[in-house]
Amino acid sequence: MLAPGPLLFGISFGLLAPSAGMSHGATIVFSATTFAGSAQFAAVSVLGVGGSAIAAIVAAGLLNARYAPMSVAAASAFEGPWWRRLLEAQLIVDESWAISGRTGYRRAILLGAGLLLYPLWIVGTTLGLLVGNRLGTPEDYGLDGAFAALFLGLALPTLRSPRAIGAATLAGGIVLVLTPFVPAGVPLIAASAACLIGLRR
Amino acid sequence: MTAWIVVVAVGVITVLCKAAGPVLLGGRKLTGRTLAVVELIGPVLLVALVVTQTFGAHRTIVVDARLAGVGAALVALLFRAPLIVAMILAAVVTVLVRHL
Repeated sequence: MLAPGPLLFGISFGLLAPSAGMSHGATIVFSATTFAGSAQFAAVSVLGVGGSAIAAIVAAGLLNARYAPMSVAAASAFEGPWWRRLLEAQLIVDESWAISGRTGYRRAILLGAGLLLYPLWIVGTTLGLLVGNRLGTPEDYGLDGAFAALFLGLALPTLRSPRAIGAATLAGGIVLVLTPFVPAGVPLIAASAACLIGLRR
Repeated sequence: MTAWIVVVAVGVITVLCKAAGPVLLGGRKLTGRTLAVVELIGPVLLVALVVTQTFGAHRTIVVDARLAGVGAALVALLFRAPLIVAMILAAVVTVLVRHL
């Protein structure tokens, strides 16, 4: 169900990265180690407009800092020695995390979705590098709208309690207000503070 | 060289963030207030991602074709359409409105 998205976004990352001065090797290693599209796009777009390495690292690092609270939420899905949990945890991406979240982070679903998405992401990146600039951008296919719809479809079932709706509304407001004033990625991190509503009894 | 520095640094940050929960918490279950906070991570980050992906563009908030696509998807989802149908509908509406 999720296969076309990551594959096409992987292709578009492979198309985009060389224009920001990344070698083919660095592009593929980036997809294989970071395996998080939004942060990779952020890093490449900072470099592409002439940003420094530090600016690219901060932008991408802040975007991926969301994986800390996300991995805490999904921690019960991981078993075995610490090194195995560390390796398996790399399969946490937005999609695998959100889909497994519908079943209380079932181990089989989280790891299964991650294992499906990982090769698609790397194959897509490689295809993009090989094809070059002949396919157009994700925007030409409305993929940006489709990905917003994906997150919406995953968010709706989680909005069950008044508290969840309140916290989510606050988070959305924080993103809207902060986005014009802070670097990309910071609004998502700031929005996660809305979880602290859970401290109220 | 710059590219490799970014690749390695972002890679290390990402690996550590993803591993934080599973390595430190393992299979233990959370309880009480911690659980209440963690249970809100899903709705909070997902809605924040919806807003970012719908309105965000290079440090500005813009209203463009994406909103029409997401609106169409919302209607479809409220009528209990499968997620993949809502996504395809969003892509089609986004492209159509973009080329109006």
